[in-house]
Amino acid sequence: MAIDIDKIRADFPILSTLVNGKPLVYLDNAATTQKPRPVIEAITDYYSSYNSNIHRGTHHLSNLATEAHEAARKTIQRYINAEHAHEVIFTRGTTEAINLVAFSFGEAFVNPGDDVIVTTMDHHSNFVPWQMMCERRGANFRVVPFDENGDLRLDVYQNLLGEKTRIVAFNHVSNSLGTINPAKKVIQMAHDAGAAVLVDAAQSVQHIEHDVRALDADFYAFSGHKIYGPTGIGVLYGKEAWLDAIPPYQGGGEMIDQVSIERTTYNKPPFKFEAGTPNIVGPIGLAAAIDYLNGLDFADIMASEDSVLKYGRSRLLEIDGLTIYGNAQHRTSILAFNIDGVHHYDLGTLLDTHGVAVRTGHHCTQPIMTALQIDGTVRASLALYNTRDDIDALVAAIRKVLKMLGR
Amino acid sequence: MASIQEIQGQIVDDFSFLPAWDERYAYLIELGQKNTLLPEEYRTEDNIVRGCQSLVWLHKECRQGEVFLQADSDSLIVKGLAALLLQVFSGQPAEAVIKADLTFFKEIGLDKHLSSQRANGLLAMVEEIKAFAAQCVGGAA
Repeated sequence: MAIDIDKIRADFPILSTLVNGKPLVYLDNAATTQKPRPVIEAITDYYSSYNSNIHRGTHHLSNLATEAHEAARKTIQRYINAEHAHEVIFTRGTTEAINLVAFSFGEAFVNPGDDVIVTTMDHHSNFVPWQMMCERRGANFRVVPFDENGDLRLDVYQNLLGEKTRIVAFNHVSNSLGTINPAKKVIQMAHDAGAAVLVDAAQSVQHIEHDVRALDADFYAFSGHKIYGPTGIGVLYGKEAWLDAIPPYQGGGEMIDQVSIERTTYNKPPFKFEAGTPNIVGPIGLAAAIDYLNGLDFADIMASEDSVLKYGRSRLLEIDGLTIYGNAQHRTSILAFNIDGVHHYDLGTLLDTHGVAVRTGHHCTQPIMTALQIDGTVRASLALYNTRDDIDALVAAIRKVLKMLGR
Repeated sequence: MASIQEIQGQIVDDFSFLPAWDERYAYLIELGQKNTLLPEEYRTEDNIVRGCQSLVWLHKECRQGEVFLQADSDSLIVKGLAALLLQVFSGQPAEAVIKADLTFFKEIGLDKHLSSQRANGLLAMVEEIKAFAAQCVGGAA
């Protein structure tokens, strides 16, 4: 059964606003998604009805807040099919989740001469933390390139893997090319070499399969705001054995067991990795977003997004001089392009005057831009509420801009 | 020569005849194409003002306490914004450049380009011009 996009669109209040006097055409979903009413209401309800600090109060409101916060952890656990709720750690976002692993895993398991592997198509947030860790630990930073279509070079990856490889970090979906990487295979290959794996799921968890046990991911990170939830909340999933084996990332309240002048012992996961008063409402909003998705058929969402993506590619390619970046075998949600002789910043700025929101630039993936020998692209990125009408509006606006530029 | 304040007022007047956004940008682009000419010799690594998305070259000279500027960009819109900056600042006494409060970007509705510094380097350009003016007053430049 196909999903009712009109009904879904009505659930996202912002989609009916005007920008520069024009109906908003929101195609910047890889940067952040809009929020459905239940998410906005969950946040308002928290602050209106039961705002309180958690895990420590004896009073009524504190209990309510703690219950909601921990119920959210379970909702997320079920969404990603983690074995235990305590394998779900709340962070500020994907970036903090990756930094946590890069630091704590690095401290425990990475020594001088060891190898750490990432890919050229990783976002800076899944690139720089590992580079920093390698510098700190005296390890080698290895990078798997992609081919001319935007597919990972698994042959090079195979050659890089070895007994010195401690951890492999890669994105399930590229935010700049839309490539869906063969995650199961990448993980299996790493495991065969005895290495752990972190999956950056920031661009995949909302669009494609997101079962951490089916993937056999050791660590899995994503951001709430890219899956229709609030900003400032992210998730790090880690297999229980790894979370027990790596040291804490930050010290403070909540993360301790016993503190004395001589020695401090640490709390168990997840609290071991959640120092200080957490973002209490963030998980509550994120759980509302996941409940909203759970109320739809995920296969239908995937089919709808895929259909709009294919339509978008074919419509964009009708435009003279337009090049699409990212032609991998399996793709999702991203339409990245340039038009001959038109600067991406100009095109993005002028599309905005027509109410069309896209992103321009290098999308925090400078190594990809270097590999493609360009300095940026225009990127239209899709979410479950986008339709063929949005694509038609994008194409019509591009044509108007080209006309204005005398092309 | 008109003062910085007078020139800003003139720019605001010019743009006020163009209510629609596409007209404003068309005019801005036209200004950029007419009024930014940077000799090849000044298109150097040293003259690049780093913006995240567009390249800007800014050449600065100090003559008898006055600031003279030339600029170019690979983006037509940033080129237009640079042309406006040149119109306001180039040929002005360094003292006036330092003190100048750039109000016209907001008045013509283009201040978003100034706030999104990472995107286009416009703010970096303004800062660089002001820093240069400070040296120019001291006579060091």
